[in-house]
Parts: sequence; C-alpha cells; structure tokens
Amino acid sequence: MANEKKGVSRRDFMKTTGIATGTLIGGGIIGGLVGYNVNRDKGAISTNNQKGTNSSGQTADHPLNVGLKFFTTMTAFNVLSQATERIFPEDELGPGAIGLGVPYFIDNQLAGSYGMNAKEYMQGPFADGASTQGYQSRLTRAEIFAQGIAKLDEEARTRYQKGFAELEPEQMDEILTAFQKGEVEMMAVTSDFFFKLLRQATLEGAYADPIYSGNQNMEGWKMKGFPGHQMSYIGQIESEEFQKIEPQSISSMTH
Amino acid sequence: MATTLDKVDVVTVGVGWTGGIIAAECSKAGLKVRGLERGAKRGTEDFYMAHDEFRYAIRYELFQNLSKETITFRNHRKMNALPMRMMGSFLLGEGLGGAGTHWNGHNWRFLPYDFEIKSMTEEKYGPNKLGSDYNLQDWGITYDELEPYFTKFEYTAGISGEDNNPFWGKRSKPFPTPPMKKTPILNRFEEATKNLGYHPFMMPSANLSESYTNPDGSTIAACQYCGFCERFGCEYGAKSSAEITVVPTALETGNFDIRFHSNVVEVLKQGDKVTGVRFIDTITGEEFIQPAEIVVLTSYVLNNAKLLMVSNIGEMYDPDTGRGTLGRNYCYQILPSATGFFEEQFNTFMGAGALGMTIDDFNGDSFDHTDLDFIHGASLTITQTGQRPIQFNPVPPDTPAWGADFKKASIHYFTRTLNIGGQGASMPHKENFMSLDPNYKDAYGLPLLQVTYNFTDQDRALHKYLSEKTAEIMKEMGAKTVVPANPLTDYDIVPYQTTHNTGGTVMGTDPAISVVNTWLQHWDAENLFVVGAGNFAHNGGYNPTGTAGALAYRCAEGIINYSKTGGSLV
Repeated sequence: MANEKKGVSRRDFMKTTGIATGTLIGGGIIGGLVGYNVNRDKGAISTNNQKGTNSSGQTADHPLNVGLKFFTTMTAFNVLSQATERIFPEDELGPGAIGLGVPYFIDNQLAGSYGMNAKEYMQGPFADGASTQGYQSRLTRAEIFAQGIAKLDEEARTRYQKGFAELEPEQMDEILTAFQKGEVEMMAVTSDFFFKLLRQATLEGAYADPIYSGNQNMEGWKMKGFPGHQMSYIGQIESEEFQKIEPQSISSMTH
Repeated sequence: MATTLDKVDVVTVGVGWTGGIIAAECSKAGLKVRGLERGAKRGTEDFYMAHDEFRYAIRYELFQNLSKETITFRNHRKMNALPMRMMGSFLLGEGLGGAGTHWNGHNWRFLPYDFEIKSMTEEKYGPNKLGSDYNLQDWGITYDELEPYFTKFEYTAGISGEDNNPFWGKRSKPFPTPPMKKTPILNRFEEATKNLGYHPFMMPSANLSESYTNPDGSTIAACQYCGFCERFGCEYGAKSSAEITVVPTALETGNFDIRFHSNVVEVLKQGDKVTGVRFIDTITGEEFIQPAEIVVLTSYVLNNAKLLMVSNIGEMYDPDTGRGTLGRNYCYQILPSATGFFEEQFNTFMGAGALGMTIDDFNGDSFDHTDLDFIHGASLTITQTGQRPIQFNPVPPDTPAWGADFKKASIHYFTRTLNIGGQGASMPHKENFMSLDPNYKDAYGLPLLQVTYNFTDQDRALHKYLSEKTAEIMKEMGAKTVVPANPLTDYDIVPYQTTHNTGGTVMGTDPAISVVNTWLQHWDAENLFVVGAGNFAHNGGYNPTGTAGALAYRCAEGIINYSKTGGSLV
C-alpha cells in the first residue's frame, strides 16, 4: 500500500487526517479529500467543492448538499465508510471508496427506493429457498444494511474489543471475510448476502455517474478509462489506437 | 363493475414488436385495432439522458416493476417454488416497445434445421439420439415457408448485415443495409476463426449501419457506436424497435389507437370463441371490458402463457402424463463462452449492441453429432457492445473479489478483456414447463406464473463442447489467459443470463402437442391468436427476435384472412 511505503501505516494516516475519527467525515467529503491531498505527493483530487464552494455556489466550509439521509449515527456511518474503503481501497491509481464519496452514495440509496425494495416482490409467505432461487429475505435492503453495519461493529467488539472503524485494516478484512463466507449469524438474512449487497453497492458508488453523489469528480471513471457519457464514437470505433477520452457526466445534458 | 367499451376488430395485449407488427398490418388492411399496453408511452425523446449505466442497467429503469408482478421458480417439482423477488436471470420489459426497446439488436433467422428438428435429427441420427425425456418436435412450418416473413421483418427493421454465412438458410433478398463497421476486436476474431478454418461473418444488426427508410415510410437513423444499447433506449432512433417503426405506421392509418396503463387480466371466452379481454386501468384501478372480434396475445412469453392459464383456455401440461400443451416446452438459452485476458488495450467501452462477428460452424447441424452426446449447437460470436464500469469488473482467476488486488486487476483488465459467447440452443425437456403458482399472487389478485426449469444433460454437454471451441478461438486471438465458462450445474435465477425465454404456447400441426396452429391461431378458439417466442417448439442457437418478428408477420396475414373468412386457417 502506498502509504505504508512512506513509513506511515494506513491507520496512522487515517488518524492524522481525521478520516477515521468521524469529525472530518461528518464535515462531508471535502474534509476527507483535503485530508487525503495533504498526504499525497501528487495527483491531488480536485472537486468542485474543494475551495469551499458547494455545488449550489454557496460558500461554506462543507458542502451543504452532502449529508446523511439514512444512517442516524456517525458510528454506523464510519463503519460503512471503512468497510467500503476495504472493499475498494485508495491506492496509487487513485481514491478509494471514501475519496469517491461511496459511503454517502450508499447512505442516500438506502433512504430511497433501493433501500425500500420499491421494485421488488415483497409479498409473503417468506421461506428459505435454494441458492438458485435468490433473494428470499423478508427484510428490505435498508433493514439488511442497518443490521449488517451494526453486526460488523459488534463483531469487531467481540473479536478485538474495539469498534470496527478503529481496527487495523487486516482486522477489518478478517471480519469482512467472515461475512463474505456467511460465518456471521444475522437475523432473517445471511451475512454473505449482506456482504454481496455491500460489495455491489460499493462498486455502484465508485462508478455510477457523479449525479448520484459517488464517483466524485469522475475519479472512478478516470481510473478505469471509462469516458462516461459521450454522444458518439463513430469517428473512433475503427481506430487501432487505444483512445483516452476525458470523461463527461450525463449532467452535461441538463446544463 | 367493469365498464364495457365499444367493440373493435382486433385487440392486442401488449404493444411491443409483435403487437406493433400485428397492429401495423391489420390497420393497413382496414381493420380497427386497439393496443392495450400495461406500461407507459415512451419514445426516442425519452432517451436523451439514457447514457446512465446506474439508472438504466443497474436500477432497471425500463423493466417490469416486480412489486406488482413476478414469477415463482423452482429447479424441479420436488422443490418449493419461490418468487423471483429481484430481477436477475432475465429482464422483463414494460411499456411501449416492450423488451424490444432495450434489446441489443441481434437479429437472426432460425436455421432450416430448427423448424424440422425432429425429422431431420431422426433421419440422420436415428430415433433415440436424445431419449424420450425430451419433447423434441417439428414446428409444422419450414424455413422456406417462413422466408418471406423473415424478409419482411428485416426490411421493416432495416437490418444491417452481409449474406456470406454458408450455414444459414437461403435469403430471397439481400440485407436492406450493409454491415456495421469492423473494429480491431472484430478483425482479430475474423482472423482467428479463419485461421482455424471457420467461416466468420458480420452479425445481422438492428443498430443500423446507415440511415434507412423502410417500406412503410419510417426512418431509422445511423448508429453512433455510443456503447449504450442493451438495457437502454436509443437516443438517436438508430436501434430498430417497435415505437419508431411499426407503431407509428399503425397510428398513421387512423385505424389504430393505444390505451396505456391497461393491464389485461383475462381473456373472455364463450363457447369456442373469445369475446374480448378484461383489463384494469393501473392508474385509476377501474376495470374495463374490451370486446373484440379478434384477440391477439402479444405480450412477453411468460405473460402470454399466464393469461391463457388464468383464463382457462387450453389444457395445462401435466408432466406426469405428458398430456396437455399449455406451459409445455419451456426453454431458455444455453450460453457457452470463453473470456480472454490480453496484454494490450482495446476500446472496449465503445460499441453497439449488435456490433459483432459470428461463426455458425458449430450451430444447428453444421457439424456432425454422431459421436457427440447432444444435438444442435450455438452461434459463436464476439460482440463489442460497449462495456460499462459497474457491470464489467473482469479479473483473472484467483484474483480476490474485493480489496486492493481486486481494484487493481479490475481496472487494469477493464480495457483488456474480451469475451466470445455462444447463443446455445435449448431443447425441450418433459420436466421443464410453466404452470400457475398455488401460493403467490400479483397486484391484481391473479396467481403468479410458476416456472419449473433446470439445465439438462443435453444442455451440459452442449455447453462444455462449445465452451472449449470458444476457448480455442480466444487463444488464437492472442489472449494471454483464456478462461472457458464454468461447467453448467443447476439453473440459477440470480445472475443475469439472457432474456430469451421461449415456449409454453408452442405452434404446430398437432393439437396434442401444440397450443396454436401454424398461423398462431389457438386450437380451442379460432378468433384468438398467440404470438411470440412462446410459439417456439425449442429455442435455437440464435437470439429469438428475428424469428418472433417473422412469426408475427405470418400471424398478421392469418388474422387478415380470418377476418374475411372466419374458421380455422388450417
């Protein structure tokens, strides 16, 4: 890991920048990103909000349109943040889940139709099915996340007498792996199903159009070489050369 | 109490490709046609902001809302069928244009072998090639009889292609538009398959290579290779679909109208005829009866079968006795494939849904099956559909599914991974069928459709053999690492596979093994027609839309004839 090469452990890095403490996360993405930039030699992440101007053009020390819509405590939100960062960590290629705004993306999604399973069939009777029959939980995704995030913290306290967000990265990975393998007991859902949702939601937040509040400044797309919304490739489709194209958000269609 | 509306000549249940074709042809012939569409009106102007992977491909913007209606599923009869609570294996459409709005645009004609599969297989390999558990049957119609309708559909849709595949049926006319552009990815496939002695050709595409005006006067624009086809509508009107072709054609006659948000819940039958349909306005909750001289079921495969079942029309298939036809011969699609990880980068994010090259050297009976334990095969294709970052996170084997190594590898290989896939044929098995679920209901109080389905020995053998063939091609293309698809085990409804469900309302010449005759006229009600991939007696080695479109044109001709003469068309 890049930071370890510089003799700073990831945990120390997080502590000094305040990312793991909740204060800066509570202040929104700006704080987190500014913190990151201090510790990066180059490739600083720029956001529209970096100079303290939020997307509504108002001047503030945090963006007024970023905040929690689902989780009610910073403890839970920090667990979510650290878990997503382990799934999609910051490295020399670019930001991880936190820097991309993934935790806010997931929080916001859980507050809406995704969290409420608005488009899923949720009529009973509910029964445990075979794995080939898919989602059979009586719980909505919001309920699964609320329970799963609490369970991650609980598991951390059981194993290490600390909150999940305070653990060393390797300890977080150990617990996440236990969830992934379905080894942690959850109610009305399995831990591996929760982990599957968490992993998928993390990738969604990293790579969805920035209009959904993840993929900050299209950094996810820039890392991946995906140009986002482009009207046409008819002039390049036959090219033998790999095409590096500056990405564009679908928001360009409304401005 | 239901309100009874004025009678029309023809009512279609659903307005996608098949409903649109029936509407266009019948309204041109002077019949008064009403389309009942359960979803909303939509068109090209709704898709200007469609380059949004999350909204359309991940959150399923254009698809059926399962909270109102889904299916139940089990692998076999001893298993408890449970609802498909979340969309997965296939993506059901909703709204004007149906699934034809968000298709990729692969447009095929099933092979001459498909239509006479039982006769031709027995003639060449004897009567017991597959054994008695498979309900193999001829379709009652030959490729040559269907050829004019294939041509008609291709000219309506403006299909782009080249007629240089030695294995497919004879075409009476050339493709209406030339093939799409060849890209470095396609060139590699072409060279590799030629090196191996195969016969590559450009996939017939409904993303058009050039602007085209069809015989009805509808214009389809030229594809821009933007990479947003499957799961999206086309913001250019460059992907042929019902709402930019047959639907406007029908509306222009003045003989066609569409009632949106109208969910049909019953086909009304008296004696040996149907009298109309009962539907619910999904906005107001009001119930209506739409009387009609002719009722045409033109919704998706699953819903066509369900409507007949809840209306008690026809005899339900019984897997114990083999009697009954409704729900019989449910098939899917077998998907052999190989993934190649390359050192060099490709423009994988550019593309079009049907930008691809194919070989048919292992499709149908193009190759000898004497020493093989399966019949039929698959078209093997490389497509460049435009990869998107949420859905496409390819990593070589042994890479963890998350964490630092996953991030690095999935980013590295996003533009360095290619896939060759087969659309493999699916043979009907006596244990694979549709019925009504006894426990779960939809938002209108009707039972959910129940699907009992698993892969068979035939499927597993086909999949293994053809995955090996695709892996050989991928190796020849220069991939550093080649990974053939995992062997088939049990059918799993969770991961997306393909929206190529077929069967259940099969066509044929014998009422003992078919629901409709070869004009798609119901055996038990002469003024009821059932159209779509549900008519397929098995699923072939191609995507189904071209063949469903051809059947719809043939059915339209049958309906027009029936409207003049009445009686059975056979």
